[in-house]
Amino acid sequence: MQCKVLLVKDMSNVKEMAKQMRIDIIEEVAAAGSGHPGGSLSVTDIMAALYFDKMNIDPKNPKWEDRDRLVLSKGHVAPALYAALAEKGYFDREDLKTLRKNDSFLQGHPDMKKTPGVDVSTGSLGQGLSIANGMALAGRMNCKNYYVYVILGDGEIQEGQVWEAAMSSAHYKLDHVIAFLDFNGLQIDGTNEEVMNVNPVDEKFRSFGWNVQVIDGHDCDAISAAVDEAKKKAGKPNIIICKTVKGKGVSFMENEVGWHGTAPNAEQAAKALEELRAI
Amino acid sequence: MNTATREAYGNTLVELIDKNKDVVVLDADLAHATKTLKFSQKCPERFFNMGIAEADMIGTAAGLATCGKIPFASTFAVFATGRAFDQVRNTVCYPNLNVKIVGSHAGITVGPDGGSHEAIEDIAIMRSLPDMSVIVPSDDVEARAAVLAAAEIKGPMYLRMARVASPTYHKEDYVFEFGKGELVKDGKDVTIIATGIMVPKALEAARALAEDGIEAQVVNIHTIKPLDEKMVVECAKKTGRVITVEEATVYGGLGSAVCEVLSDKYPVPVRRIGVQDKFGKSGDPDKLLEEYGLTSKKIMETAQKMLRGE
Repeated sequence: MQCKVLLVKDMSNVKEMAKQMRIDIIEEVAAAGSGHPGGSLSVTDIMAALYFDKMNIDPKNPKWEDRDRLVLSKGHVAPALYAALAEKGYFDREDLKTLRKNDSFLQGHPDMKKTPGVDVSTGSLGQGLSIANGMALAGRMNCKNYYVYVILGDGEIQEGQVWEAAMSSAHYKLDHVIAFLDFNGLQIDGTNEEVMNVNPVDEKFRSFGWNVQVIDGHDCDAISAAVDEAKKKAGKPNIIICKTVKGKGVSFMENEVGWHGTAPNAEQAAKALEELRAI
Repeated sequence: MNTATREAYGNTLVELIDKNKDVVVLDADLAHATKTLKFSQKCPERFFNMGIAEADMIGTAAGLATCGKIPFASTFAVFATGRAFDQVRNTVCYPNLNVKIVGSHAGITVGPDGGSHEAIEDIAIMRSLPDMSVIVPSDDVEARAAVLAAAEIKGPMYLRMARVASPTYHKEDYVFEFGKGELVKDGKDVTIIATGIMVPKALEAARALAEDGIEAQVVNIHTIKPLDEKMVVECAKKTGRVITVEEATVYGGLGSAVCEVLSDKYPVPVRRIGVQDKFGKSGDPDKLLEEYGLTSKKIMETAQKMLRGE
């Protein structure tokens, strides 16, 4: 009798980390009294898959030349990045509650001058893909094999520079650029469709010369598989369009425009944490 | 000799191919004009044309800089500093990245292209950014020296190059000192602080004034930021009268920088010669300089008026 042994990757650690990161995010933003919980929660699974499965990094050596890089182009979801960095060991988890406070090394938007593990400062939308391209070009010139991951927002792709950079990624055949689109469908003044329609996103990137995958952005297995798939393709940049839910994990935040940039008060935070801990 | 600073820039980049292996060059479809073309031909693997996409160019340069490269990102001054301002601010200066932004075709001497292409505000807006240095070379010898220095000095830098040729007045053995003013000619009656292509005109004016019995001091400020405040104050103390001259708006550039320092440390009358808050226009560069009052004659008249107490 023949036996087929199917090796299934154990993503349970990633899922655990994602759960913890969501708790961190609520605690961070509540302590700060301001910040961006909605988008931080929608990007958490992508961030967890990157930091706890895919990225070749060393928390003891944040400037390691051969490391994979992450450009958080949608820089306002810094709480998610900081949660990942803290849980990975770049700095103490205790420091997360200093987010946005005076003299904190955890600034409102990622600051490479202050936070270990932040590869580049971001905050003004639309700029990250250009930066990622530069990092990938340097990698090629220096004969390095690192990957550059970029996380974009759906509202963010309304910025023209994203498309300038998308052209460049394809023109320069930057197959070590792997982008994620955190496609939660909402922005500040409403849904993408209400404010400024971005659809069809997949066709847009395809027509710009990119390999495109569309997945469930909360399925860690799918995220991991998509990255592996992307790495097989030479000569073209890759984007993984992740269908996500803004505010994912907290019932009263899910799919609500209002939770883009508002911090939960003490009562709301307590309720959110209760839900997140029960996952 | 007597070539445009943009020519010297292009030639010096070629020198840097071997002198500094980390130097890379980016352009936005203007390599023929900005003179990065020679570098692109000799060293294509370190040259990146980003197309007509200045914001993308600056962001890409920043990404390269995070990985140890020394990018020189070139386009016309008006686009480098205007169109890509947010990128320069947020992606180069705020993270303090080692990117050299080279704005060519600065000022009204761009000529026939007209006002849309004539940057007059570039010095002012670059100066306003923390951690940004601003260098305006005054001849080809100085441009070469400045570009070589820029490759060695860490941090964001804006270098301003001219389209038109101007007379060379530095000797080949000139030593460029970043952040230091250059006393080109000493005098006791009035100080003329100039930058860029206006320095040779200041020297012309000083020669004419000498015939009139007026001893003018001429100072070349190539580093607008960080400004050599000590020297500016010393000159003001010596002559008590200062004239600033720049091929740029009188709001926010060299003249303003000098006024800021002197009003704080040693207030004396300062007359600012520059573009008087007007956009540029099409025309022959020399005729435009005449029309906009950027001439040695204007400098001379200003000095004479100051000495008459007007």
